[in-house]
Amino acid sequence: MDYKSSDGYAGPRSEDTLPASATAAVKVVIVGGFGVGKTTLVGSVSEIRPLTTEETMTQAGVGVDDLAGIEQKTETTVAMDFGRISINDQLVLYLFGTPGQQRFWFLWNGLFEGALGAVVLLDTRRMEVSYDVIGRLEERGVPFVVGVNAFPGAPRYPMSELRTAMDLDDSVPMVDCDARDRSSCRDTLMALMRYLYTLTTVPTEPQ
Amino acid sequence: MNEAAPGPASGPEPAGNPDRLYILNGGEGHAEAKKGLDLVTLIVSRTEPDPGLQPEHAAVVRMCDYPLSVAEVSAYLELPVSTLTPLLTELLTGGQVEARPPVPTAALPDVRLLEAVMHGLQKL
Repeated sequence: MDYKSSDGYAGPRSEDTLPASATAAVKVVIVGGFGVGKTTLVGSVSEIRPLTTEETMTQAGVGVDDLAGIEQKTETTVAMDFGRISINDQLVLYLFGTPGQQRFWFLWNGLFEGALGAVVLLDTRRMEVSYDVIGRLEERGVPFVVGVNAFPGAPRYPMSELRTAMDLDDSVPMVDCDARDRSSCRDTLMALMRYLYTLTTVPTEPQ
Repeated sequence: MNEAAPGPASGPEPAGNPDRLYILNGGEGHAEAKKGLDLVTLIVSRTEPDPGLQPEHAAVVRMCDYPLSVAEVSAYLELPVSTLTPLLTELLTGGQVEARPPVPTAALPDVRLLEAVMHGLQKL
């Protein structure tokens, strides 16, 4: 567990520290609805126990029943679980899980800035969240792959049907992803990297 | 937007251009740092904790004796990133810590960077 020091705050366990040579980091975002397996995925591949960071945002309430004309403000706190993979002595990859529902999109600005790309974890029991997420990622120009996390008892569909239902471009990879399984999660991340590789190396078509 | 978007991904994969090494920490680092702290900016202490520092500040300096991302510092201090950022900015201004900005990825990441990540993932 974390140790508490004299200043009263925990810090990383000694085995959770990065080498002093760690020079820079990159990030990948895992997006999906509640309970779809984001944290499980992060935990399956992370070298540290997944940690939680919070972000708060004060939002003006949407003006319903606002008789006094006073802006209602609500403070939203959202927790994001994340994990870490040391790529080599210098480079570190962070994985952030973030909820896909529209009301959490305010988190996305800082999160996706500079991100390599995203994995959309698809919950076949609640497709509409993924549908919105995919649309939003396309708008933002964030490259992504879709991981289908098949839960026991969840309806199973052929990939082609899911692709059609998601209105997903043929070029976007879809992979099976068992969030509990380390190698399955690694393969999903590899699918994202290979996809990014093709995007980077395929010449841009004329506008 | 994704203008660089993909034609069919069918062609042979060209080898990465060896001249295009990704920038880990170059001259652009300072400009990047000015743009603000990212969740994955790495924070590293430059000094021992000063006894005069406030507890939170001292804790950051202590726990960043090895590099830690802003997200990790936030998690260990149990502070939201929005609360932590001004604190880190003070420590940066005071020179108690340094910031190592993330690898800049323009519209699309560099091939060499992707190769490094794929190589790292294969070891998992």
